[in-house]
Amino acid sequence: MIAYLMCIILFSLGLYCILRKRNIIKIIIGIIIAEYAINLFFILVGYRMEGRAPIHAPDQKIVNMVDPLPQAVVLTSIVIGLASIALLIAIAIRIYEKYGTFDITKIKELKG
Amino acid sequence: MIELYILLGIMIVGAIIAIEIKDLLSSIVAVGAVGLVLSITFLILKAPDVAITQLVVEILALIILIRATLKKDLPFSTSGRWYFNTLITISFVALFFIVGVKCFKDLPAFGYPIMNVAATYLKDGLAQTGATNIVTSVILDYRVFDTLGEATVLFTAVIGVLAIVRSIGRKKQNQKIEEEDE
Amino acid sequence: MSREREKGMSLIVKTITRLTVGLILLYGIYILSHGHISPGGGFAGGVIIALSFVHLMLAYGKETALKKLPKTVMSLFESSGAILFLGIALLGFTGGYFFLNFLPKGQPFRLFSAGIIPFCNIAISLKVGAGLFAIFVALVLLKYEKNKKD
Repeated sequence: MIAYLMCIILFSLGLYCILRKRNIIKIIIGIIIAEYAINLFFILVGYRMEGRAPIHAPDQKIVNMVDPLPQAVVLTSIVIGLASIALLIAIAIRIYEKYGTFDITKIKELKG
Repeated sequence: MIELYILLGIMIVGAIIAIEIKDLLSSIVAVGAVGLVLSITFLILKAPDVAITQLVVEILALIILIRATLKKDLPFSTSGRWYFNTLITISFVALFFIVGVKCFKDLPAFGYPIMNVAATYLKDGLAQTGATNIVTSVILDYRVFDTLGEATVLFTAVIGVLAIVRSIGRKKQNQKIEEEDE
Repeated sequence: MSREREKGMSLIVKTITRLTVGLILLYGIYILSHGHISPGGGFAGGVIIALSFVHLMLAYGKETALKKLPKTVMSLFESSGAILFLGIALLGFTGGYFFLNFLPKGQPFRLFSAGIIPFCNIAISLKVGAGLFAIFVALVLLKYEKNKKD
């Protein structure tokens, strides 16, 4: 239960960073931290006490295995996260080229 | 499980440093540290596939972030409605936190998951697919449509990046120079 | 000679890169081809293969890396990865339904086992590796253009 609590603290930190910071790169960092927290939460839900990794071995002793389903879901989620972060960074670089700043309060004038 | 709590504590401290430090490059390095500790946490939680993927993806994300933000400064301004904005943000995050904590009682206890579907995968996975790695047999046999959708999302993201980054034809040179002169 | 040395990083980095880049590529191929019997798989293997080319590009500059893997070849790899994945899926119709594991399962714990799963891994790794390297190249080329103007 404490592990869930710390995981949601991590997500709240990411949410605070997204909502409060003004620099675009800081906002992207907040998105990355929130994504880490969500991935970690999936793996935490699937953990099993005294279990082993879900890979069969020829001479295995322990029969309990952890839940393989959240791991499979998170595995695709990580790669998608990298691609979406690259997309965000491309947009941020374009904004920097056009306005010369990363500050979102200075980008109010939309001049086409 | 004391090492799990230590690693989670290190991740929280690293996240606070990454959020609050003034220098952008130091902030990105702190995010990289959080990602590496997350990789070790996955290894402790018995998820080696996810740990390997997290490690290599973290390295690539770090390189891309550093390439994007090298030699850029961080504007720091406390003008505007500073107290008001901070108050609104903190109250919203606190509300979210309280609601999230209230939802915990519906979750299974830590270490004892509900494994209705996964029990079938673990029992029949080796016989039905022939793969000894159950995670691979889930993502490439039982739930392969998920992977197909993931490939589509990745393709769309690559096309999006190339479309945003692409320089526009012949008019580009004159236009850009004009804009920089302004 | 001196102009070549100016591009990319110093001589030490270049020498170490020449020694290690093949090993990194080989490790990526190992990770992806053994994905069904050990930890790893198409995603991690593809990202490691992309990282080996990123390594080459960071050390030697963009010309050398793009000579090894030009943009047309990159887009060809990505498209062929997608088409290979869909083709494997469509071949399942020979036995009944989409994504049927139609090949013989083979013996567990052997490299050639598990039917279509190794081929799916190869397709996904082609797609992921080429796609992520394309993203990296696009971002780096944009940076270079901006530096040239300054």
